[in-house]
Amino acid sequence: MNSAKQADLMTLPKKKLKLLNLVWLLLFIAGLVVSTNVTKTSLGALFSNFGQFAEIFLQMLHPDWSYMPAVIPLLLETIKMAILGTVIGSVFAFIYALLIARNIVKNKVVTGVLRVIMNIIRTIPDLLLGAIFVAIVGIGPVAGILALAICTFGIVVKLFYEAIETIDPGPIEALTAVGANKLQIIFFAVLPQVMTYFISYCLYAFEINVRASTVLGYIGAGGIGLYLQETLQIFDYPKTGTIIIVIILVVVLIDYVSSKSREALME
Amino acid sequence: MDTAMKKLPPKPVNLKKRLLHWGVSIVTILLIVWSCTGIDFGGIKATAGQIAGAIFTGIFNPDWSYVYNGTGEDLVSQLWSTICIAFLGTFISALISLPFAFWAAHTRHKKWYVSRTGKIVLAIIRSFPEIVLALMFIKAVGPGSAAGVLALGFHSVGMLAKLFSEAIENLDDGPNEAVTAAGGSKVNIIMFATLPNLLPALISNTLYRFDVSIRSASILGLVGAGGIGYPLIIALQYRQWNRVGVILLGIILMVIVIDWISGWIRKRLV
Repeated sequence: MNSAKQADLMTLPKKKLKLLNLVWLLLFIAGLVVSTNVTKTSLGALFSNFGQFAEIFLQMLHPDWSYMPAVIPLLLETIKMAILGTVIGSVFAFIYALLIARNIVKNKVVTGVLRVIMNIIRTIPDLLLGAIFVAIVGIGPVAGILALAICTFGIVVKLFYEAIETIDPGPIEALTAVGANKLQIIFFAVLPQVMTYFISYCLYAFEINVRASTVLGYIGAGGIGLYLQETLQIFDYPKTGTIIIVIILVVVLIDYVSSKSREALME
Repeated sequence: MDTAMKKLPPKPVNLKKRLLHWGVSIVTILLIVWSCTGIDFGGIKATAGQIAGAIFTGIFNPDWSYVYNGTGEDLVSQLWSTICIAFLGTFISALISLPFAFWAAHTRHKKWYVSRTGKIVLAIIRSFPEIVLALMFIKAVGPGSAAGVLALGFHSVGMLAKLFSEAIENLDDGPNEAVTAAGGSKVNIIMFATLPNLLPALISNTLYRFDVSIRSASILGLVGAGGIGYPLIIALQYRQWNRVGVILLGIILMVIVIDWISGWIRKRLV
């Protein structure tokens, strides 16, 4: 083997440069430049003022534990809101998902229209819903519960109808063959196959709701977020630190319990 | 006909399982009942229906003079700045997420506590309320979109690094070993085995996070960190229900379009 050939073998084959990838890269860089300009983000400003940021953070790291007794009742209210929001939302999601699953409701117009409505509901972020419900029903946990219920609905309905559509059609056909009506088919062929999924999705939504409910109070929709707003407004960062630590503990704990029970459920 | 045929055999009873099911159901019901206590459902405003109606009218009869008037305070420019906040924030968080992801991926470390601590740190970042982070950045860089970008950039690390680390954990070791066997260095392994396998998952996760960031960016304005949330909260405070409707319509359209585009890109990636 001559040395030129050997050198040729030693180098890696050259990759073809794809033009399309280059276009994507250019688009991406353009996006970065434009968005930096629009948002006027400058890392220099962040670093020159980083001291202030760090100071708030340090104050939060020295939490004021005497504030705990005041926090607990609102913490309980937060959890109550999350539970009620999850329950209300998933009850509606349960019925709605059965209506938009194409293997149960055969009418494509009905399922299509209902799906568009579902997708629209899913787009609105939780806190915006909270702000709107505060304006509609007034300040208090009811606004938060309604916002959480709608969010839960959006999460559970999407996952649940996809689960329903992927079930084994055998039992449905068997029940149709022996002359069962729609309700009987749902009860004896569909639900036994998807109930564990439904419960798992509800728990998943509950985890998200616990997270969301902790800040809903900031805009007046009930729960611990109210104190978050009050302490931040008077720059009492040690108290804010207490609240945040409590929130993180509760969220991590509930996440852990709920994800463990989901794993146990899916076994 | 034989009557024995008509009776189904009794279902096998598993006492332990049944007890567990009953126990869980009772606890769940008790929890639900407990959460109904102490919440005042009677406090709904009498004008609730009227306001909801006004907002709906706004959705179906948008106030076109607000949609675009070139002042920079209109709906389109606010939505555009929301998208920019989400884009830049997601980019920053993707950059920060990479080292965190390698830290939290348990296949990368021999000692279990390294990845475990990484996972705990990510869980804490995830649970730190985004709004509080935004307020802290407002203190540092002043109110406006920049604070929103930074808050999003740091908050998203919690979720994005978790997704990244799962992608790293799912990585096949084969290519790495092949490069090592052929005499490749650590850099070669990363360049020719890890990155090409990882990149599609990273891009797909980042795009997914971008969808979420769009929603977050429209919230951050509620505390003054730029984007569409600010005009919304102002409209709510001044009871301009029509305007609330228009803004909602704008957000819905924006989220649907962005979801659609990123879904399209993700489908092409796979």
